[in-house]
Amino acid sequence: MELGLTPSETKFRDELRGWLAKHMPAKMVKTVETAAAYHEYLKRWQRTLFEGGYAGINWPKEYGGRGATFIEQAIFQEELALADAPERMGTIGQGLVGPTIIAVGTEAQKKRYLPKILSGEEVWCQGFSEPNAGSDLAALETKGVADGDDFVVNGQKIWTSYAHIAEQCLLVVRTDPAAAKHKGLTCLLVDMKSPGISVRPLKMMSGDSGFNEMFFTNLRVPKANVLGQVNDGWNVAITALSNERANLGSGLYVMFKRNLDAVIEQARKLKRGGRAVSQDPVLRQRLAQAYVDLEVFRLNTTRSLSQLNKTGAPGPEGSIQKLYWSELNQRNAQIAMEVLGPYAQLTGFDEGRFVYNYLRSRGNTIEAGTSEVQRNIIAQRVLGLPRSY
Amino acid sequence: MEFELSKPQKLLQKSARDLFARECPAKRVRELMATDTALHPELWSAVAEQGWLGLHLSESCGGLGLSAVELAVVAEEMGRACFPGPFLGSVWASALIAEANPKSALLEKLANGETRGAVALVEPDTGWNPAEVTLGATTAADGFKLSGRKSFVSDAAVADTIVCVARTGEGPALFAVPAKATGVKIVATPALDATRKLYDVLFEDVKVGGADLLAIGPSAAKALARSLDMVTLCAAADMLGGMQWILEDAVEYAKTRQQFGKVIGSFQSVQHMCADMLLWTESARSAVYYAAWTMDQEPENSSRFVSIAKAYVSDGSREVANRGVQVHGGIGFTWEHDLQLYYKRSKASEILFGDAAYHRARLADMVLDA
Repeated sequence: MELGLTPSETKFRDELRGWLAKHMPAKMVKTVETAAAYHEYLKRWQRTLFEGGYAGINWPKEYGGRGATFIEQAIFQEELALADAPERMGTIGQGLVGPTIIAVGTEAQKKRYLPKILSGEEVWCQGFSEPNAGSDLAALETKGVADGDDFVVNGQKIWTSYAHIAEQCLLVVRTDPAAAKHKGLTCLLVDMKSPGISVRPLKMMSGDSGFNEMFFTNLRVPKANVLGQVNDGWNVAITALSNERANLGSGLYVMFKRNLDAVIEQARKLKRGGRAVSQDPVLRQRLAQAYVDLEVFRLNTTRSLSQLNKTGAPGPEGSIQKLYWSELNQRNAQIAMEVLGPYAQLTGFDEGRFVYNYLRSRGNTIEAGTSEVQRNIIAQRVLGLPRSY
Repeated sequence: MEFELSKPQKLLQKSARDLFARECPAKRVRELMATDTALHPELWSAVAEQGWLGLHLSESCGGLGLSAVELAVVAEEMGRACFPGPFLGSVWASALIAEANPKSALLEKLANGETRGAVALVEPDTGWNPAEVTLGATTAADGFKLSGRKSFVSDAAVADTIVCVARTGEGPALFAVPAKATGVKIVATPALDATRKLYDVLFEDVKVGGADLLAIGPSAAKALARSLDMVTLCAAADMLGGMQWILEDAVEYAKTRQQFGKVIGSFQSVQHMCADMLLWTESARSAVYYAAWTMDQEPENSSRFVSIAKAYVSDGSREVANRGVQVHGGIGFTWEHDLQLYYKRSKASEILFGDAAYHRARLADMVLDA
């Protein structure tokens, strides 16, 4: 147990602190109205990080990363939170697609895609879920038929976050309808500007358009864009989802801490019952609970990055992280509503961030695998209980 | 940075687990629960021989000079075994004396198990915050006189020395009172966890000499705060060990017990309870070991992280224990099943050294008013 930093880790931290002091952008709050501008804001921030050498901390240098360890990744996350930096952009590209390309991609694919993920130039989406394949992802029906040097894709995806703004898509299609459910799938790297793709935004409960429907009509994808092996797409998808669960946490802590800091700041200013809300004993308990939950999340993330540093590849334990952060964010969004009382509902109060967070967090226990699916994975693949379906 | 036990720490964990499996099986735990003090001389000697009673004390005090992380490792294994007896009382007393007066001759004897200690802090009308203490120490010829009642004192009946926290004109004071001193009365207050006993300690005009005064004023407050963090950490680690036992026991049962022609662990409702138990247990582990590390390496932050750990684990341990019983069904609710030992110990530990609400209030003071 050595939670202190080595000399080289300290050097990394100190340089990062100095860099952050010079390059931090002005604050911006994400709401329904600012969603598009907020994306541009995060994109600019990603570009700044990339140019400063702080994108892809633990990604290989030859593809634009820093070539450092998961430990530096953990330090990076803590320092960004301490500096109150913006959250990380492009969670799909950085958290899910990039690590999967690093794990199973060809050299040409690594050179083509990874640097542009890190620079923020290319936003990715993930074409996994379908109307009849949600939690049961392996039931997906979108077809990919080999034709010369291409696969010809026909079908539909749904709940595809970022598809309306993405340049690239990691798409899972069925290439062998005769094989067993999990055996006939293939992952494709798809240019979203290709003919044959139409995207229809779906409006979320929060009012913004974060996810979409995607329709494919005779979309041609070169065979060179197969990620991993043909008909081994299930394993590639699992690698992608494991990375998503393992990586997402480190970026999310920064966002969650910003949210809690904002609640605490307001609680000190607002008055009820003749005193600052932050002095109400019941609400102090609630805020302290939010703080405990958030700090334990940070410690869990640091610990899992430390383990990842040894094992290299994320395992099913990442489902614990996903389950934890999604429910934590919902609890803390609820605590914000209680603490701020009637003000919390106003879209004009603190730029509407509490309304937005409250509604947006409701999707957290559904996206990236529902809490029920995460619990199934933990029970079956970590604890060794028998399959239930 | 490395957030996992080092090789020597893993060896310590293994030797503790092996020793308790050998010397402290559930049968012995139950025998000791039925006794007045839960003290087993041979079991106690076995722990003393390992040096674990002085694990946290410097070598000059007769200890092993190890860190709070190693102390947490041993405490976790004690929780896993439901180790009965006066460990917490003695560890708290020695940690407190070491902070207040590192030259005290008592330390070596506490470290080698020759004598045992207890700390009398809480009173019938006060909580775990040392600032609330009302028991008075008045100056008398050749020393002081103590009068008042202390409650919820762990392990007092087997202690040779009871450290009494008192209020004086110069602030808080710590007195090392021989348990056999005239005017000291120890009254058992049987409670739900019979593996660790609680007592009321009455001080009826107890005369203590100037030499028994360990510390007074700010130095006493500081020693008390730090030792209380240390023993609170031990309780949290003990709970973590219990959570791990309950989790493993429930999962094992779910893999074997059959209903509707299938093992119950194949049902999602049961699986999801087990998954939640793992989430709480692993999160408790992150919180406990981070707090343990700060005790020595970042003492300026340790109170905060000990409170984070105790708040989280107090709630989490209860949730895990509740689900442990639920997964078992009827057999989990019986006297016969060992789950009840862990269930009760978990609840007692939740209360001990301040429950989740107490530690959240402490955190609110640190975080909201900063």
